[in-house]
Amino acid sequence: MNVIESHGLGKCYRGTWALRECSVAIPSDHVVALVGPNGSGKSTLLNLVVGLAAPTVGTLAVLDGITPGSPEALDAIAFVAQDTPLYRNLSASETLRLAQSLNRHFDRISAEARLAELGIPLKWKAGKLSGGQQAQLALTLALARRPRLLVLDEPVARLDPLARSDFMATVLQAVSDDGVSVVLSSHVLTDLERVADYIILLRDGGVQLAGEVDALLDSHRVLTGPTVEAECYSDHPVIHAQSGRTQTHLLVRATATNPVPAGWETHRVGLEELTLAYLREPGASALPGPSRAVSSERPNEVRCPR
Amino acid sequence: MPTLTVPLSAAPRPLPPIPWRRMAWVTWRQHRVAMGAASAVLGGLALYLWLTGRQTHHAWAVVSACHPASSSICTRSRNDFNTSYVPNAVAAVVMMQLAPALVGAFTGAPILGREFETGTFRYVWTQGMGRRRWALGKLVPLALALGAMAGACSALFSWYYQPFFSDSFQTPLAPVLFGLRGVAFTAWTLAAFSTGAFAGALLRRVVPAVVATLVTYAGLTLAAGLYLRQHYLAPVVSRSLDLPGAAWIIGQWYTKNGHLAFNGVQKSAVNADRLQHFCPSAPPTEALGHCLALHGYTQWTSFQPAGRFWPFQWIEGGWLLVLSTLLFAGTLWLIRRRAA
Repeated sequence: MNVIESHGLGKCYRGTWALRECSVAIPSDHVVALVGPNGSGKSTLLNLVVGLAAPTVGTLAVLDGITPGSPEALDAIAFVAQDTPLYRNLSASETLRLAQSLNRHFDRISAEARLAELGIPLKWKAGKLSGGQQAQLALTLALARRPRLLVLDEPVARLDPLARSDFMATVLQAVSDDGVSVVLSSHVLTDLERVADYIILLRDGGVQLAGEVDALLDSHRVLTGPTVEAECYSDHPVIHAQSGRTQTHLLVRATATNPVPAGWETHRVGLEELTLAYLREPGASALPGPSRAVSSERPNEVRCPR
Repeated sequence: MPTLTVPLSAAPRPLPPIPWRRMAWVTWRQHRVAMGAASAVLGGLALYLWLTGRQTHHAWAVVSACHPASSSICTRSRNDFNTSYVPNAVAAVVMMQLAPALVGAFTGAPILGREFETGTFRYVWTQGMGRRRWALGKLVPLALALGAMAGACSALFSWYYQPFFSDSFQTPLAPVLFGLRGVAFTAWTLAAFSTGAFAGALLRRVVPAVVATLVTYAGLTLAAGLYLRQHYLAPVVSRSLDLPGAAWIIGQWYTKNGHLAFNGVQKSAVNADRLQHFCPSAPPTEALGHCLALHGYTQWTSFQPAGRFWPFQWIEGGWLLVLSTLLFAGTLWLIRRRAA
């Protein structure tokens, strides 16, 4: 089952494409990280998925064929928006009551237990809570709905490292307890390695890299060797080269079993390193199935009206 | 271990909507301050009308019991009544004119303006309720509550103002009074509220939406009072110099030998010296009309009879209600369309 499936999806805001020619199929039972530079269309894609915005072109289905924004989709998808907006003048308890009123399912008992666990007093106004507590409250509200898909837009961007780690721990707990599928967008690459098992890299509104994290890490290696020999290296596709005066690091598409040239060292690539390499090389792409490079030429059939 | 897999999308059974009553607490909790302020404004106004109205009615009972009415004592008591109670009435009229705009703008504009300003629309529109039901569940009860409060206030004002009408120097169609009585006051309050809601959805900020609502409302009331209302029904045109009391005079002009006299300008604008030229001894009132008639001039008056008060009320209430409904529909359209 695919939690998100899009084909030729495009969204235009006042004359510019925020998302364009985006075709993805995101499988369920994963923690999917959506990464990409600013303006690459991450938030736009998530807004389309949760039904806040409607596509300009293309098709988009969630949770196996459900239309985003339909009652079924609203019921099954919980969304924590950027900066975790909450009603600041409502107490934590009233915030829970509001969520309970607005949803078919809401596990208030577990939500209250969770807030007690976090040390968030029910009587406190949401606006008085710390950034980390507000994020945890928003996440608690989302999880108490028992969603099939949890969508998080830059959930930890404003949090300090400790709150960030606690937040991600709560997400992972929900994944293991309830089997909820998660799609999260993030700038914070270090956190992703620990939580994400599927990654999608967006650039200029298109998909540059997509796949299961383990598979991607297994199919890439970092080779370190003398800079003078780096130019001659041609065994495997080089994604990114980082050259010092004497040593050069090459990120290549290769597996651990591939032979290493004499005088070169090899090591496994980390997710952050891999993501950064692709971010620095707009021309490179790695996609499941037939590979498709992100080209600057776009089909010009649909105009983006101003 | 064998697992039983059931296809999740096997039965696409439409979900029943979440009942409306679930919105009741949400609307109450999030708008109780605004509605409390609105009740305070309209309640305070009602209290003022009730307290000063009782005094006015008592005093008027004494004045109207005075007999014979043309005696100097009765005239003096009537004058005393006017000097004592007309200032109160003017204050009441001013407050009644301001109330719908203030109440409507400050309750209507934040409904969506604040959601956009704080970003909470992203939260609340992704809940199971759905944004359309959420919006209707807020707008309809708030509009009904405001309408009921405004209706009570305007009924009280009608009672309050009775003595000033029995004096019959005022027309009930007068622009400053017409919108405060009958169904018009409630309709104007709803129009201000729906304008506020629409402006909040359009401008996505509370303060600009409040300002826009007040400006729009002021423009609309001025346009209605100065230009629209006189055309609700074709005015009666009469050459009689003896017009029915409490008629709302739209225009007066003169003709002579079937042609417009004095270049067709209105009576009020005709140079007093020119009129004095014909009738040097006549004071500029009805007597002037009689004098000009002797010189072959015909005075024409177009007016709306006071008896058209209720037809005019229904016409004004009707178009304001249509306008409010359109603004609510526009708000829902913006909510549906403008997101993220």
